[in-house]
Amino acid sequence: MSFSLKPARKSLAPFALIAGIAVVLVAAFAWAAGLLGPQRIDGGDVVRALDDNGGKHPGYRRAHAKGLCFRGSFTANGAGSVLSVAQAFKRGSYPVIGRFSTGGGNPLATDGRNVFHSMAMLIRTPDGQQWRMGMDHTPIFPVADVASFVALQRATTPDPNTGKPDPAVMKPFLADHPEVKAFQAYMAKAVLPDSFAGATYYSINAFRFTDSAGSDRLVRWQFMPEAPLNGLDKAHLDQLPRDYLFDEMIRRTARAPSRWHLQLVVANPGDVTDKATIAWHGPHRTIDAGTLTITKVAAEETGGCRDLNFDPTILPAGIGLSDDPLLAVRSKVYSSSFNRRAAEGAGPSAVGQTLAQEKAR
Amino acid sequence: MTHHPADFHPALRVLHWLMALMVLVMLFIGVAMVSTTGPLYPELLALHRPVGIAILILVVIRLPLRLVTGTPLLPDDLPPLQKLVAKASHVLLYAAMIGMPLIGWAMLSAGGYPIEVTKRISLPPILPHDLAVYALLRQAHTVVALLFFALILAHLSAALMHGLVRRDGVLRTMTVGHGGRIMPATADIPATTADMDAPTTEVRPADATDPT
Repeated sequence: MSFSLKPARKSLAPFALIAGIAVVLVAAFAWAAGLLGPQRIDGGDVVRALDDNGGKHPGYRRAHAKGLCFRGSFTANGAGSVLSVAQAFKRGSYPVIGRFSTGGGNPLATDGRNVFHSMAMLIRTPDGQQWRMGMDHTPIFPVADVASFVALQRATTPDPNTGKPDPAVMKPFLADHPEVKAFQAYMAKAVLPDSFAGATYYSINAFRFTDSAGSDRLVRWQFMPEAPLNGLDKAHLDQLPRDYLFDEMIRRTARAPSRWHLQLVVANPGDVTDKATIAWHGPHRTIDAGTLTITKVAAEETGGCRDLNFDPTILPAGIGLSDDPLLAVRSKVYSSSFNRRAAEGAGPSAVGQTLAQEKAR
Repeated sequence: MTHHPADFHPALRVLHWLMALMVLVMLFIGVAMVSTTGPLYPELLALHRPVGIAILILVVIRLPLRLVTGTPLLPDDLPPLQKLVAKASHVLLYAAMIGMPLIGWAMLSAGGYPIEVTKRISLPPILPHDLAVYALLRQAHTVVALLFFALILAHLSAALMHGLVRRDGVLRTMTVGHGGRIMPATADIPATTADMDAPTTEVRPADATDPT
């Protein structure tokens, strides 16, 4: 009604109400965005921690920056269908694109380091679904949650004077994180594969597989190589050529394809499924679901894997996330890393540089 | 379906409030999911895409409906500049409602991502896989979202100004409406009061716009 237009009836109350509503909405928005309230660790925080640790390398993946693309196929034998309705387990052959990499944020780092060898992969099936994976050659991960991951990056940041982590920071960190200490002990003893082709690659996290009856099971998987596992001499790692592992894989693939068997390992009651730091021991129901065959490798510039985000939470129907909180972390952090390098523009890869030099000769 | 010409079509009003809720929820989901690495991240992401596509479908229904059913006139005593701002803000709101889901869709396409609406339903890419284009669209998705939120705040505040301060019936055109009420109501008000206070704003020249 227009009666209120009379000056005598004018009041500040409606203005206050309108301003109040706007302020409440803005405050709620800021809270949702994490600007108000308890501090959250977002993907950018993790990327910054990685940058601080390994140095800034714009245009590259923040972790596992050094890589090589591959192509091939996954041939399912049908056995995996008892665990999941995903088409990738139905008998048939499905194209695969993927990436071998070594741990760390330096895209030109030497291969002579005691770091993760990793295999990332994307399987496409005719039903239009995708299964993306990011796997390491260790069955366990050093940390179980994002706060520990950020703390690990900070603790292991090399001291500019010594080039090694500062013991004054590292010691209390390890005291607080026995799981990292256990992982270091494991890495010190474990064989460091002398070829990408000889390594077993583990899913790191557990995933929820759903069968046609709707039953859920928690599963970890691993790709077991047909090539034998030989170790690098850890005492003389620094004597290896910079691109030793990558060059070896290029030469090997030119001669013959490499193969792995996908083994699905079903959790026993009592297995820890929400912590990637804890291995599953003892006998487990294990299903050989098929064979991965890698027939081609190429530098990232040409191999088609560089501009993909191997987010392990991009899963086909029939495979879902477990209760492991690290999965959400990986998804968000991979996304943040992907967004940043996309905006920065990709640079040449180590393998790409070598191949270009060889061609120029 | 006929409706009172002083109001938005009832179907538009339903769509407006439904979409208002969805768009606000979407904006909140969006900023919440990008700010966390917590277990909610995948769940929010899985919610973000179907709600975004639902908004796109609804606006594709809503825009033609709005163009066909017409827009109630703004009060005559509203300054021309305010009328212009009102019109422009509506254009921008529609642009954002259409643009945000399309940018999201295009962005996922350019990023080489599957455009998964639900676990079973995926959309085809609308752009080729191109990282530089992805980076641009990803930026745009954030910037447009923030502008959209600011626009919604301005739109809401303006609507409340009409409803609570000016009390000129504009807010009603999108809420309960005037249909079936305004004419008897005018008759109920003593003629002198109605003549003095509400000749142009509250009572619309229904006969001028009535299509019948």
